[in-house]
Amino acid sequence: MFVRRMRASLRGWGGVGAMAVGCALALAFVLLLPLTQSRGEGGQGEGLGGPGLATGSPAKADDCTDSRAQDETWSPSGADGSTIDAIKARTGAKRKLIVGVDQNSYRWGYRNPNTSDAELEGFDIDLVHRIAQDILGDPDAVQFKAIPTSQRIPAIQDGRVDMVVRTMTINCDRLKDVAFSAPYFKTGQQVLAPKSSSITGYNGTLAHKKICTAAGSTAYAKLDADRKSGKLVASADISTTVPNQLDCLVRLQLGEVDAVVTDGALAASQAAQDPTVELKGAAFTTEYYGVAMKKGATDLVRRVNQILVEYRADGWQASYDKWLSATLGADSGASKPPAPQYLRTS
Amino acid sequence: MTHPPTKSAAPPGAGTALPAQRTRPGAPTPSRRTAFAEGVEQLRAAATTEPGRLRVIGAVLAVLIVAFGAVTAWQMTDRAAAADDVLHRSQPLSSSAADIYRSLADANTTASSGFLAGGQETAASRQRYESDISTAAAKLVTAAANSEPGSPAEAAVAKLNKLLPEYKGLVERARVYNRQGYPVGGAYLRYANEKMQQEMLPAAEDLYTKENARLTSDYSDATPYPWAAIALGLLALVALAWAQLRHYRRTNRLLNQGLVAASAATVVTLLWLVVGHTVARAGLDDSYDHGVRSLTVLHDARIASLKARGNENLSLVARGAETVTVDGQTYDAYYYDFDKDMTALGKGLTEAAALANDTAGSKPVAAAEGNMKVWKERHAAARTEDENGDYQAALDKVIGTKDATGECFDSVDANLKTALAHEEAEFQAQATDGRDAMSGLPIGAAMLGVAAAAGALSGIGRRLSEYR
Repeated sequence: MFVRRMRASLRGWGGVGAMAVGCALALAFVLLLPLTQSRGEGGQGEGLGGPGLATGSPAKADDCTDSRAQDETWSPSGADGSTIDAIKARTGAKRKLIVGVDQNSYRWGYRNPNTSDAELEGFDIDLVHRIAQDILGDPDAVQFKAIPTSQRIPAIQDGRVDMVVRTMTINCDRLKDVAFSAPYFKTGQQVLAPKSSSITGYNGTLAHKKICTAAGSTAYAKLDADRKSGKLVASADISTTVPNQLDCLVRLQLGEVDAVVTDGALAASQAAQDPTVELKGAAFTTEYYGVAMKKGATDLVRRVNQILVEYRADGWQASYDKWLSATLGADSGASKPPAPQYLRTS
Repeated sequence: MTHPPTKSAAPPGAGTALPAQRTRPGAPTPSRRTAFAEGVEQLRAAATTEPGRLRVIGAVLAVLIVAFGAVTAWQMTDRAAAADDVLHRSQPLSSSAADIYRSLADANTTASSGFLAGGQETAASRQRYESDISTAAAKLVTAAANSEPGSPAEAAVAKLNKLLPEYKGLVERARVYNRQGYPVGGAYLRYANEKMQQEMLPAAEDLYTKENARLTSDYSDATPYPWAAIALGLLALVALAWAQLRHYRRTNRLLNQGLVAASAATVVTLLWLVVGHTVARAGLDDSYDHGVRSLTVLHDARIASLKARGNENLSLVARGAETVTVDGQTYDAYYYDFDKDMTALGKGLTEAAALANDTAGSKPVAAAEGNMKVWKERHAAARTEDENGDYQAALDKVIGTKDATGECFDSVDANLKTALAHEEAEFQAQATDGRDAMSGLPIGAAMLGVAAAAGALSGIGRRLSEYR
């Protein structure tokens, strides 16, 4: 009781502290801005972008680079450990794998309103059934929890789910909070806009356009970073964020935004639901989807990696053909994950 | 009839006053004086003679009595108008504001049930949604017609009028996409739900609060005792009594018919005023205690049950997507709200049972309490299924056709509707009684006041005529 109160009050002071720091930063910014500008006028304009870039890179984890983040995982193993034992120890109706999924991603994880049962289906869901089959011996021993994009990491950290299989990109930022399996899908950020739009891709045509992203998505992080570094025109308005990428399609159709940025795989499934919108330009990043699990659940990560080894050989292609070939094309080459490397050893 | 005695009495009065003014022939040009000063002078001069005094007494009595009649008529007109407003304006408006809230919330709940049921929405659920929307639209028109321009109620109505078609458009889009099997239909439904929860229901609640405030203010305009009228009436009676006593002492005549008639009319008016208002007040207070209070409690209970149902549905739509943390414990946001709503419903029903003053009122409330108990049991079973990951079983227990919580909600709603209709009738009857007790008072008081004043003047006039 006392401890909790202490913690609460500390948290309160943390908030005050954060506010104070924020105020100080804002003040410093306001005071220093004229200085940097006047210096810029003094003929050092080209140096302005420098500090931003320099401060950008050390923020990443020491031993992680985003281009190799997908390899930051443990080598496959079929052995049980404490995490898997705990899952197997569940009895009766509770003997299920609890998985965070999406129910809004067409062909990835969604509920077809016209099927008689209420089951979720899609590419991610197939993989979940495969994992449940392997760990608990029953593909249907799964409790699905629908999770908004921004809740994926908290849900794992709080132990509300055993894993998240939800078109989740592996990157260094997230690796600080959760553990990932080897990649099971390759994609990249793409721009989605109405066919009649003047937007041609991730370029200057986005000037003065409103862009919608999902809160807590890699798309938002990328846009935010690019706008700060000048890669994205500063006049692009990225303030519209929604709980789920599909909510962006709603905003786009209602004319509240001009474009959507999300993973190509998901953008394609949005385009499949509305023939008047299309993908604009090529993917401007390369990303890999992985199964996210609690940090420290090494046995579960190894086990999922083992399952993925088998799944890539048998199952992956069938699932792709069933769900994704219609939206992403019959050739699965661009989506196939690379041969995994397992950099984590100890 | 009132004037002849005064007029016939005027010449002698003027005769006594005139010499006083003409006793100053030496003054070159008498400086002009104000009419008031002149009048005071005249009055002072008049008061030195008995006819003059009588004339002053007559004037004071007449003024007192007429003032009593006028103030009574004025105060009771105000109260009767307020009572009429309670009956025909503010209470119906407050009820229809509650109906607007209920219809909107019910439409939203029905839409989410339809979504849960999948693309094949049943005819009954579609029908219910449509009738909810048209009820809300119709009641909004009434509310708009009755709200004063520029008032906050008008702003709330305007906001709702703007949002309702927007909401309906979103739900229709959700339906179309659902039929095609696209999940973007669900996204539209979420957007519609967000609009309803965050913009429309708060505006409807605002309207309800405003209309309720108006009802309360109409009540407080209708019920206070008309102290000014009562005080003036008593004063007039005292003055009349004193005039008669003076008359008796000076003339040894027991009765002056005019003054007696004036006293009688004043007493009747005063009694009518006090008794009539007390009866009206009792009726209005009753209509408030047994009508309005019950109605408010029942409306609130109905809204709580509606919210509970909405949250029950949404917990299955969201499938654990939303959580809240309370005291370090994490709960499903919709289940958490459901529990809160059910507690509010239970409290509301207990209170409604306590307020119900006859079996016709308490029976449906008791029945609703029974429904609520079953609902809670079934909900607990459905939640267990959901927490065990058997989504389909949970769904069947919530929106299924047999032994589902939907049945319980419908029964609670139907019973509360019955109870509301009963309390509404009670309110109507008592408020009508209350208003009717006041209805003749303003005109009656005015007429009696005029008659009493005439009586007083004629009584004084008779005495004056004796001096000619």
